[in-house]
Amino acid sequence: MSRRASLLKAVKEKPLYPAILLGLLSLLAAGLLGGGNLSTHEEIKRRLEEDLRISIAQVVPEDLHDNNLIQSSFIMNGPGGQPTVIYQGMRNGKITAVAYSVIVYGYSGKINTIMAVDPEGKILGVRVLSHTETPGLGDKIEASKSDWVLGFSGLSLDTPPAEQWAVKKDGGHFDQFSGATITPRAVVKAVKSGLEFFQNNKDKLLTPVTEQIAGSSS
Amino acid sequence: MSITFKEQARQGIWDNNIVLSQRLALCPLLAVTGTATNGLGMGLTTTGVLMASGVAVSLLRNVVPQDVRIPSFILIIATIVTLVDMALNAWMHELYKVLGLFISLIVTNCSLLGRAEAFASKNSVRQSAIDGMMIGLGFTLVLVVLGAVREIIGSGTLFANASLLLGDLFSFLTITIIPDYKGFLLFILPPGGFIALGFLIAGKHYLEEYMKNRTAASKNTPVVFDRIAPSGAD
Repeated sequence: MSRRASLLKAVKEKPLYPAILLGLLSLLAAGLLGGGNLSTHEEIKRRLEEDLRISIAQVVPEDLHDNNLIQSSFIMNGPGGQPTVIYQGMRNGKITAVAYSVIVYGYSGKINTIMAVDPEGKILGVRVLSHTETPGLGDKIEASKSDWVLGFSGLSLDTPPAEQWAVKKDGGHFDQFSGATITPRAVVKAVKSGLEFFQNNKDKLLTPVTEQIAGSSS
Repeated sequence: MSITFKEQARQGIWDNNIVLSQRLALCPLLAVTGTATNGLGMGLTTTGVLMASGVAVSLLRNVVPQDVRIPSFILIIATIVTLVDMALNAWMHELYKVLGLFISLIVTNCSLLGRAEAFASKNSVRQSAIDGMMIGLGFTLVLVVLGAVREIIGSGTLFANASLLLGDLFSFLTITIIPDYKGFLLFILPPGGFIALGFLIAGKHYLEEYMKNRTAASKNTPVVFDRIAPSGAD
């Protein structure tokens, strides 16, 4: 035992020892992390897809489509100019709903919303997926806290007229919350830009993704 | 090594409590204790990481030289935390969405490197595991108490969403303490956490002072009935 201990001590005093040890530890860590990633990444992918399906189902009614929206999706430059995933709801081979997310900046950071529009440009639903607005004031944009966000359903760019797409404080149609104007103003702006995006890209958005692939190289 | 299990438990949970005595790990503490359930989830996760890193560091304590011990320990802790992060994301996804970023931030929880350096690198595997468990339980206790206080005052419920963490069997834990409560915003936000934490620390001091006076009093009885002056130590 003492010989082994003294041998270990001699090895430990070699100048290369710490470097080799750290290298071995890093290799071990990399191996463990690789194994961990392999055994969880399928499951994580499934969970994220579930989350996505749940949030799309909130804005696209179940009886409007008979396809898997996540599969009939494509990427194009969205309302804010950045690449956005577009989901198409189809029923009997015809497009019944188009869903996409719109990101705006609220009072304290990104507000991530998802909205769905029918082929006539009428809103099917709007939900806020994530935000960092003040709890108790700005969080009334969540459907679980207040039904404010449900008020968008059925509206379109001409009902109310374009200049009415603002909160009441700015002379528009939509309520603000007591103590929070910036947050609802941002959401109204997001929805309006989402509708304008639909208006300007109607042709592409209403072409089924399967036909798009046949027509273009993307 | 003569430190007993009982002594380790007392040190970790009360005398040397990571929050109440050492004032460490305050960032995750204030960030996740909006509800008691979140506190419990964070506490148990941290306890698991503390035990695993304690065992790993203790196993390697004789081969890691002094000069590179900090990078080695951090590497070990970061690996364990990342594995836990992936596992929670895959198999306890709802809880993961609540705790989110704070799981990967367990790496920077100073209690981990602190225990690795101060305890696990000098003690046996068994004792390091017990130490990790006790320090972790002490942390969990504070997280749950603070979460419960903030949740009751802030939103009028207790253990909301407990089923997300423990499964549907435990949904009975969720209690609405004050029905139709409008909520008290201050206690949901971090300042409320600071205020509640201040009261917790003061409460611990008061309790310790009280115990000390009582033992001192019992030695002096029955002759002296005077009120015992507080000791000079603060």
